[in-house]
Amino acid sequence: MPKIVLDGKEIEFSQGQTIIEAAKAAGIIIPHFCWHPKLSVSGNCRVCLVEIEKSPKLAIACSTIASDGMIVSSMSDKAVAARNAVMEFLLINHPLDCPICDEAGECKLQDYAYTHSTGESRFTEEKVHKDKRVPIGPRVMFDAERCISCSRCIRFCDEIAKDPELTFVQRGDRVTIVTYPGSELDNPYSMNVVDICPVGALTNRDFRFKARVWELSSTESICIGCARGCNTEIWVRNNEVLRLTPRLNEEVNSYWMCDHGRIDTFKFVNDDSRVDGPFLRHKDKLIRAGWDEALSKAVSTLKQYTKEEIAFIASPYVTCEDNYLFARFAKSVIGSKNIDFMRHIDPTFGDDILRREDKTPNSKGAELVGAIPAKGGLSFDGIMTGIKSGRIKALYIIEDDIVSAKPELEDILSKLDLLIVHSTNFNKTTELADYVFPSSTYTAKNGVFVNFQGRAQRIRPAASTIEQDRALDGMNLSRLDKFGTPFDSWANSKQRDARATWRIIQALMQIYGIKPKYSIAEDIFIDIAKNIEAFKGLNYEILGDLGVKLKTAKPELV
Amino acid sequence: MSLRRRKKDLTFWEKIYIPEIVKGLALTLKTMFKPKYTVEYPEVKFIPPASYRGRPVLVMEENGKERCVACGLCSRVCPPLAIFVQAAETPDEKERYPVKFEINMIRCIFCGFCEDVCPEEAIVMSKDYELAFSSREEAIYGKDKLLTPIKQVQDRINFLRQYK
Repeated sequence: MPKIVLDGKEIEFSQGQTIIEAAKAAGIIIPHFCWHPKLSVSGNCRVCLVEIEKSPKLAIACSTIASDGMIVSSMSDKAVAARNAVMEFLLINHPLDCPICDEAGECKLQDYAYTHSTGESRFTEEKVHKDKRVPIGPRVMFDAERCISCSRCIRFCDEIAKDPELTFVQRGDRVTIVTYPGSELDNPYSMNVVDICPVGALTNRDFRFKARVWELSSTESICIGCARGCNTEIWVRNNEVLRLTPRLNEEVNSYWMCDHGRIDTFKFVNDDSRVDGPFLRHKDKLIRAGWDEALSKAVSTLKQYTKEEIAFIASPYVTCEDNYLFARFAKSVIGSKNIDFMRHIDPTFGDDILRREDKTPNSKGAELVGAIPAKGGLSFDGIMTGIKSGRIKALYIIEDDIVSAKPELEDILSKLDLLIVHSTNFNKTTELADYVFPSSTYTAKNGVFVNFQGRAQRIRPAASTIEQDRALDGMNLSRLDKFGTPFDSWANSKQRDARATWRIIQALMQIYGIKPKYSIAEDIFIDIAKNIEAFKGLNYEILGDLGVKLKTAKPELV
Repeated sequence: MSLRRRKKDLTFWEKIYIPEIVKGLALTLKTMFKPKYTVEYPEVKFIPPASYRGRPVLVMEENGKERCVACGLCSRVCPPLAIFVQAAETPDEKERYPVKFEINMIRCIFCGFCEDVCPEEAIVMSKDYELAFSSREEAIYGKDKLLTPIKQVQDRINFLRQYK
């Protein structure tokens, strides 16, 4: 393999790689603003200037192809002086906005001003003023003064979102970014420009001024917006989910995620409509009850029906663990064959970038762990006709608002004698329910989702329920979480009385006389790995941060 | 363990006490005619100099609005985590303002880091040293108690500028 020498260290590279790529592959990051591994090279920020031996001038590492025997220095006096000079130029017209800028704390320009700048400006004249607070799109805010014209956002729209919307206009210090006439930055992936903007020129309008990034804890998770299962980080302050950002996983979503996943998949977690504690129907009204009362009453009413009269609706929104135990409960404890889940297919949603038509994160996983009808059992539509004909009298639904998804089901479900629902929020399905059990959201539990590729990926708890303790349960802590007391307004937010669905099912099974086997979600996953071929040999540690592609992704009939 | 010895035994004149008492009375008499250092608090209040670090306050501009842009640096630097700031958007030119600004005066240690770090001269230490609460909730000062007209804190701002 050909080699270059970078700062005295010999590194190998493959033919065609640029110096910056070769360095990155060897674990050395050459400072850069405009270069991005997934975007074309534009070479306009000039901060990656390096000195190459026998070359009269400095060269930019992002567009200089490495060749065998090249001796490159990013630390020589000349390179350092050039970098300082570039930083000084960039900072000449950059406003001193950091106190009001949302990027502060995760800003590349701030970081480089600290590491690659002399710290003094010789520029005493008035800075150039441009437009501030421009709503460049429905979800993105633009501040022209802060822009350092790296063109990452322009290239992102052209190359990744495949929807050219942005362009430079004017020249010199008057250069700025605008949308093409009559259009705005509204492509389904527009918010990725916020992540790749090295400064605070493009910011998230939804997250705008909500919190400082250093006050938040971040937890690795998976997006529940569609079957892609983009890898994400959940950002939490005071037990409130404030934003989601994509996390690099080359096999799934690379550096990106769509705006639907980023905005629409966490608001319900903080919402007032969350179910807080179990509820029973009493004279046409749902009233709050204790756990023991609700569980034992639910079991005694369930026992009034024969196994043919009971049907179960699992959920593609919950983890494999939840669905596995639910299917076991339905098939082994009750002995019913009627279990299925609703497919949420939206043909208008899919595209050939990331989005999938299946708008749920775990339909593949639900199939794999057995949340499908047993031989001779009824499918989803069969269950619905069964209810209509009066054959099915009791229905048990976990975490799926099927009535909102299909309004015509309202009439059918109201024919039921008994409807038990697990739900995170009150919704149209819980309105019809006789028992509502509060289930914790995907942000508060451990578990595994299987995406459309058959890749098993982990979610982790980021926000806590009433029974969880952030520190003792090993959740990621922010500074505020670490040092807050119940007397601090910034540390005493509302925690809901909710449990992971598998825990509720296990409590029901206990009333049926089955000794509880599982104390944490991983115990169930170990059981799944033992019993289901596709998951053989896996555990949470092997799944790690990026997940594992399952060997077989065909459901077996259990 | 040996008994502690006196460095010096009392002399004869000290032993009879009378001359020592007279010496003490003479000092008292002398001090009676010197200027007083004490004040009759609380009837008379002590007004500290500009260098004094009393409770931190928010500077209110002439237009009745706070200077603060809710950057959160005071909150970040505060060693006992006494300060909480919640920002929000304002149509004003500064874009950002604190919709909520709380200082927990039980946590505050009067170190003055908040005014040191403030990029806007928006939070300064006042001359107010009279703090008493009867509950935890009372000790949390919101914007209503923190906002102070700029005139009242001008000498502190001038003092800080000397050292910038």
